[in-house]
Amino acid sequence: MNLQFPDLTPVMPELFMTALALILLCTELLVKKKGILAALSILGVVVVAYTLIGSSGTTFGGMFVSDGYSTFFKVIFFVNAILSVLISIKYIAIERVNFGEYYSLILISTLGMMIMASAADLIVLYLGLELMALSTYVLAGFIRYDIKSNEAALKYFLLGAFSSAFLLYGISMIYGLTGTTDIKSIALYISEKGLTENPALSLSMILFAVAFGFKIAAVPFHMWAPDAYEGAPTSITAFMSVGPKAAGFAVLGRVFMIAFASIKLEWVAVFIPLSILSMAVGNIVAIAQTNIKRMLAYSSIAHAGYALLGIIAANNEGLASMMSYLMIYAFMNIGAFAVVIMLRSEDFKGDSISDYEGLSRAHPLLAALMLIFMFSLTGIPPTAGFMAKLYVFMSAINAGYTWLVVVAVVFAVISAYFYLRIIMYMYMREPKVEVSLSTSPSLGLALGVTTVAVLAIGVFPLYLVELARAAISGF
Amino acid sequence: MLPELFFAYFAVTIVLFSIFVVTARNPVHSVLWMLLLFFHIAGLYLFLNAEFIAAIQIIIYAGAILVLYLFVVFLLNLREELKIYRFIGGWPSGLTFGIALLAVIILSIRSFIAAPPGKYSINLIREETHTKALAKLLYTDYLFPFEIISVILLVAIVGVIVLAKRRLKT
Amino acid sequence: MVPLNWYMLLSAVVFTIGVTGFLMRRNIIIMLMSIELMLNGVNINLVALSHYLQDMRGQILTFFVISVAAAEAAIGLAIIIALFRNKATAHVDEVQEMKG
Repeated sequence: MNLQFPDLTPVMPELFMTALALILLCTELLVKKKGILAALSILGVVVVAYTLIGSSGTTFGGMFVSDGYSTFFKVIFFVNAILSVLISIKYIAIERVNFGEYYSLILISTLGMMIMASAADLIVLYLGLELMALSTYVLAGFIRYDIKSNEAALKYFLLGAFSSAFLLYGISMIYGLTGTTDIKSIALYISEKGLTENPALSLSMILFAVAFGFKIAAVPFHMWAPDAYEGAPTSITAFMSVGPKAAGFAVLGRVFMIAFASIKLEWVAVFIPLSILSMAVGNIVAIAQTNIKRMLAYSSIAHAGYALLGIIAANNEGLASMMSYLMIYAFMNIGAFAVVIMLRSEDFKGDSISDYEGLSRAHPLLAALMLIFMFSLTGIPPTAGFMAKLYVFMSAINAGYTWLVVVAVVFAVISAYFYLRIIMYMYMREPKVEVSLSTSPSLGLALGVTTVAVLAIGVFPLYLVELARAAISGF
Repeated sequence: MLPELFFAYFAVTIVLFSIFVVTARNPVHSVLWMLLLFFHIAGLYLFLNAEFIAAIQIIIYAGAILVLYLFVVFLLNLREELKIYRFIGGWPSGLTFGIALLAVIILSIRSFIAAPPGKYSINLIREETHTKALAKLLYTDYLFPFEIISVILLVAIVGVIVLAKRRLKT
Repeated sequence: MVPLNWYMLLSAVVFTIGVTGFLMRRNIIIMLMSIELMLNGVNINLVALSHYLQDMRGQILTFFVISVAAAEAAIGLAIIIALFRNKATAHVDEVQEMKG
């Protein structure tokens, strides 16, 4: 029996992340001031991000691959984790759930996402997914005395577990067909044996699409999202509207572009209705919402529909545009949630849309920031959201889906109604309630970073797009 | 002929018990049907030369997970459950979906072509013993997923403590 | 020798009974058990395929699925207990704090 020690260089970021989460779990016992834990986790994530450099390679018998594609997604996850921690510090104290486990769970969830992005084997993929999902379920139910938070965790958990069972059934079918779980070998075997016509292969592809449809909250697998997003702690809503979605897209890209490459036409035909339905339901139902978290949940469903266009294009350009879309979405969405969090104070919920009426009178700066994020989410230049949509639409047009882009543009116009309604409320209505902000330096920092990123990417989008293209080149 | 008869027995009982699990009025009965079901599934695994999997099916599923379920069912003590309606309002659509899904899966299984056999033949496993063969793989080729499992179990421990601790003092 | 298809058929039946149970029952605990049923259906498939393909991968995945199922059951039941403390119900259609 020969035991070879595996090459650990490619998994260095994951190892550091695990260590960081464990250290935080232990420090929690010793440190009374929770702000230190938050600072430690942010510093730690920066260190982990540093270990990404030079981590490329394949290890554990090809099960784990660290390439440009996975690295780009890991950067999104780190941005997500750092910004989520920044906006949480004051907020979880207000909600009286200021426990150290909170930060550890965020980091472990991020670890799960990193494993998903790097998984080159379906077994690793499944375990990474469960790692991410289980810690996110706990985070969604973190305010355990609040029934809304319980309900959010319950619905997220039930449908998450349900969808991962579908994923497993899909894995078992494809394993039976090809005798392997390695993504590259699956693709090779399918094209060698000419299994492309086999209905069992289509079934397993559909099961994968269903499972990840749940994860990215695409219609008709979105029913958990509004309740989970509304009930979860706002900082976690921000976290899970970006992280698990991006991780789901990372896997979609790898599994569908490689393992199911030979049945591209079939899965594109599955994703086109998913994308149209997501844009339609997300944007139209969002109009009727009165709760801002719920509105942003529907907006997040719609954004999954736009990002799916990049997958539908089914080429490297499409993937690159999808990646930059998710990066931009991370900044603008967490920015919007940071504003929502700022309105939450001791005895004021601040998550109703009517609370934004006349906000510009009392707090002009905050209203201006919200204006930027809403413009960006709508896709109005010169914000980053415009560039994100532009590149995704371009890639879909280049792939020959002009009609689909026309549909997407129509829905983007509809979406302007409910995003701009917030702006209208802030600037054109008289304030009804006295809103006192709960500011903190970390929240200010998060807002600053997201605002600068949204504007900078909006004005100089080429850097990000070139980065995404370079990341995808070795795919 | 004998293997077919054995399989038929296991298949029929497994399907029946599964139906009982999802239709039982009393959750305690559901759990007990589940227990019987897991023993039969373990029997099926023995049939497929997977002794170790059969053992953990009983030890973990029946021994740990089901006991957890039983504890929670007793803890919640839902007496009114026995009197009210079992199914949600839209149950016919659920049933229709289930039957349609089964039909789709059966149709695709009909043309299923299994991959060619690999190296772990029955004789090889018999020589090496099943547990050893599995363990060797777990600690060599599948070391990475094995390590991920450890983090998943850690999340379960931390998560359960966070969620189910007593009420916060307000 | 029992044909592989029989096992796959059995697995499909158990899986869909789980799916149907999940979609039909009101009791959250039984919904969770339906998910366990689905996982068991998958496990039957994996072990049978593993045996017929003479490959250990399927059994290793089964091993992982069982461990994850344990973690999942623990967290799911903890969520139910947390919910029950705030609202004494275990029925999914009575958990309706949010609408829209």
